[in-house]
Amino acid sequence: MVDTKSQASCIHSHTGNIRARDISKEFIRPDGEKVIALSNLDADIKAGEFICLIGPSGCGKSTLLRLIAGLNEPNSGDIKLDGQTIKGPGYERGLVFQDPTLFPWLTVHDNIAYGLKVRHVYKHKKEEIHEFIQLVGLKGFEKSYPHQLSGGMAQRASLARALVNHPKVLLLDEPLGALDAFTRMNMQDEILRIWKERGTTMIMVTHDVDEAIYLSDRVFVMTPRPARIERIIDVNIGRNESLGRQRDSGDFLQLRSKILQILDFTGKVQQPEFYL
Amino acid sequence: MAERKEILRDKKIRFDYRSAIPSLTLIVALLTEILIPNHMDAKYRTLTNFKSVLITFTVVSLLLLLISIFHEKTRNRYVRKGWFLGGTVVFITMLNLVTVKLLLLPQIYFPSINRILNVYIEDKNLLLKCLISSFTLLVEGLLFGTVIGIITGILVGWSKNWNYWIYPLIRILGPIPSSTWIPLTLIIFPTSRGAAIFLIAFGVWFQITILTSSGIQSVKQSYFEVSSTLGATNLQNLLFIAIPDALPSMFLGLFNATCSSFVALMAAEMFGVKAGIGWYINWQKEMIAYSNVYAGLILIAGFCYLFITVQFKVRDKLLSWQKGVIKW
Repeated sequence: MVDTKSQASCIHSHTGNIRARDISKEFIRPDGEKVIALSNLDADIKAGEFICLIGPSGCGKSTLLRLIAGLNEPNSGDIKLDGQTIKGPGYERGLVFQDPTLFPWLTVHDNIAYGLKVRHVYKHKKEEIHEFIQLVGLKGFEKSYPHQLSGGMAQRASLARALVNHPKVLLLDEPLGALDAFTRMNMQDEILRIWKERGTTMIMVTHDVDEAIYLSDRVFVMTPRPARIERIIDVNIGRNESLGRQRDSGDFLQLRSKILQILDFTGKVQQPEFYL
Repeated sequence: MAERKEILRDKKIRFDYRSAIPSLTLIVALLTEILIPNHMDAKYRTLTNFKSVLITFTVVSLLLLLISIFHEKTRNRYVRKGWFLGGTVVFITMLNLVTVKLLLLPQIYFPSINRILNVYIEDKNLLLKCLISSFTLLVEGLLFGTVIGIITGILVGWSKNWNYWIYPLIRILGPIPSSTWIPLTLIIFPTSRGAAIFLIAFGVWFQITILTSSGIQSVKQSYFEVSSTLGATNLQNLLFIAIPDALPSMFLGLFNATCSSFVALMAAEMFGVKAGIGWYINWQKEMIAYSNVYAGLILIAGFCYLFITVQFKVRDKLLSWQKGVIKW
């Protein structure tokens, strides 16, 4: 299955380390009030790592992702991808939202081909589209329109669309948040399989502590007010054959309660906003 | 018994009573026409156009009835229209009764169907000329208005600078009815034909500009974000995201524009031109030739219907991805 072409791209994608230094980001709300989304944040992510950002809403995890994607610019500090400062969006940093945001006027095939077409490389890489359609299990749906797909299928298509550009970094903003439990677990394994096959650096925002432990090498636990990375947790649990972790093992549960404790950390009585 | 009915319903060869409605009503209409004599005081009471038309339609309807027994597709389409076609024939028959048969209405304003049909025979050449003239005028006006409307719509919807300068202009000029421009256009344009085209194009331009720009402005921001992270440039975002997403809105604009362009056409044909359906209707009205007015009205209705139908066909083809989302 793995041919020389995708092996080559594996080697190529072993670049993809991210280095963020002292980044701050503020937003002005419509009522004129300033909201600090991130303050003086540092982060280092190695090439090929799987990172999950977890935390209650308002902790700036999506903001961090958007800064790495280049959709917003930090007010201060800078983020470097392989030593190059990020300025604006680029195809080497793929992005998948919670909402699949497939273009409704294009078929599944054309949605996935979009990245290649706008980069004018479609002619040489036409065959790869079918590879990716196969990879995400959408064979036979090439000619369907997005509104004909189920939520899980649409999210697979959106994953394939981001992957077709061979991004060095794949940014996932709660990609499984809208899916039912079964589809969700399937998709988690699917993402791990793709990660293994392509060696892409993965940065995923999630609300789900279990999902974070199951998937990632390291979990960045973030807290709001001030929005920053509170703790970085190494997930030192062996991966099983599907690359995930044993969900009911003692280590898993221990790590889970540890993260939950950090999220509820301050000792102040406060309503947790995250979903469990 | 119920089972047998089920089997019959599944059969390819089937008779549906609704497919007989048009034929039945047409035969009734024909009998009315033949058996009831025209009123003694009715003018042109010897014309037989209506009878010939009824015979033709009866033959056609009987043929369709026959085909629809054996051909499923024809049957499904024909049956759905059965009641409507029958109703139309009943209405026309009643019209025939109250006009030439019983003479219940003043015949100067409500001429018999025979006389209306007769116009198409007597004024055949003039009407054809008018039809061609109106058609070319309309197409040219629509074409100019659409092209310029799409360009300004995209500029206003996409670029902040263009929006700043053009948008207020649209808001001020747009709602002014086309016909109020007539005095000015007559001075500016060297030919009255040019003025007429301008009047039609102007209304079209406004409608299309507004709906194109609002369509482009309401494209979801996340589409642009995804497109950018896939490597698209700004121009590609416009061409491959903004315009396709705004297309339904643009078609709505074109539909509105087409409807209003007929109004503008009537206004435009009131001056200068020496042919055209609008001109014909106006002229005949002044001569109190109401049968000719009706003939003209029927022509313009058919013309309108044809234009919109063609447009819908094009739209359905281009927007097949959102089948059934927008309905008119």
